[in-house]
Amino acid sequence: MSMINYASREINCKIVYYGPGLGGKTTNLEHIYGKVSPDSRGKLISLATETERTLFFDFLPVDLGTIRGFKTRFHLYTVPGQVYYNASRKLILKGVDGVVFVGDSQVERMEANQESMQNLYDNMAEYGYDLTKIPFVVQYNKRDLPNAPTLSELQSALNPGWEIVDTSRQRSVPNPYQQGEKLVEQLPTGEWIERAPYFEGVAINGDGVFDTLRAVSKLVLKTLS
Amino acid sequence: MAVSATIWSFTEDDFAEISRSLERFLSDSNARCALIVDRAGQLVATVGEQPRFDAVAFATLTAADFSANDQLARLIGETEFRSLVHRGEQESIFLADIGRRVILVVLFDIRTTEGMVRLKAKGIIEELERTFAALFERGRDARAKTPGILAGADDEIDRLFQ
Repeated sequence: MSMINYASREINCKIVYYGPGLGGKTTNLEHIYGKVSPDSRGKLISLATETERTLFFDFLPVDLGTIRGFKTRFHLYTVPGQVYYNASRKLILKGVDGVVFVGDSQVERMEANQESMQNLYDNMAEYGYDLTKIPFVVQYNKRDLPNAPTLSELQSALNPGWEIVDTSRQRSVPNPYQQGEKLVEQLPTGEWIERAPYFEGVAINGDGVFDTLRAVSKLVLKTLS
Repeated sequence: MAVSATIWSFTEDDFAEISRSLERFLSDSNARCALIVDRAGQLVATVGEQPRFDAVAFATLTAADFSANDQLARLIGETEFRSLVHRGEQESIFLADIGRRVILVVLFDIRTTEGMVRLKAKGIIEELERTFAALFERGRDARAKTPGILAGADDEIDRLFQ
């Protein structure tokens, strides 16, 4: 729920990092916390178990700059990935403006990835939000591991695209982040589909972390334009 | 084109009206500080003694606390808990729902009592419910009629992320 405060001239937006357990959601936030100047970010709050697994959420507020005299403040949240924490996950999605799905590239985590993606769609739908209509970005984390499948396999499993039925939107849209690819395209079967932008990541080294954050933040701000 | 789930805004006049209501409440109840936090965890306003802690983090945690308690209420067959109190030896926190839209958070200490805070909060909650209902209603009308706040700022947004 973007909040525009004309008194303090701030735009506040909420971004949620979603995905299976141990996929790297908290690592994304830790990297951002470590790299952003302390003047532009707040404290990193982690509600975690004693073994440092996310119990409720992690939270990091960051300022990304000023547009039209308004400070843009992004509140970044992670959710607990473990299946049995669904009640907590659902609460964190309340009022969300943009979603990042952090997938685990390891082949043995494919089922967990798909289960988490389905859970994301379901939880969003319970709030009346449509994931195909709000800013949504996918990050394939742990791309450095030897047991990672190819990108096309991950895309087929997790980001196959959703159908576009509105004829005014049935035109090719190039993917600004991946050369030669399209975000909106017509399949050989004649069906038009749209996919979420995606990024490869090795969050523990910071690879792909800021590309992902920039992409989702930009999409969120464009919803206000 | 993605669209935001929801957007709401408030003006300097709204802020002044909310602040006036809260200041009157603080004076009547002798509480230290009052904050308004939206249900998504964003800090809307702070009135009274300025908190010595990280107010942004505090707002997020209070919204999460309130949401978690909402779910607890449902589990036991209640629709909601309209208010919560966390009692400390010196400092305490009172939280109350304002029209399912925002949360009133009151920090108070031994200069007053929980009963006094609750008593004086009753009137202010009704007043703030009216204020926020009007504010959200106006926002909905405005969104239907006017372009977004960053309309025409696409180039500026692109530059911000270069």
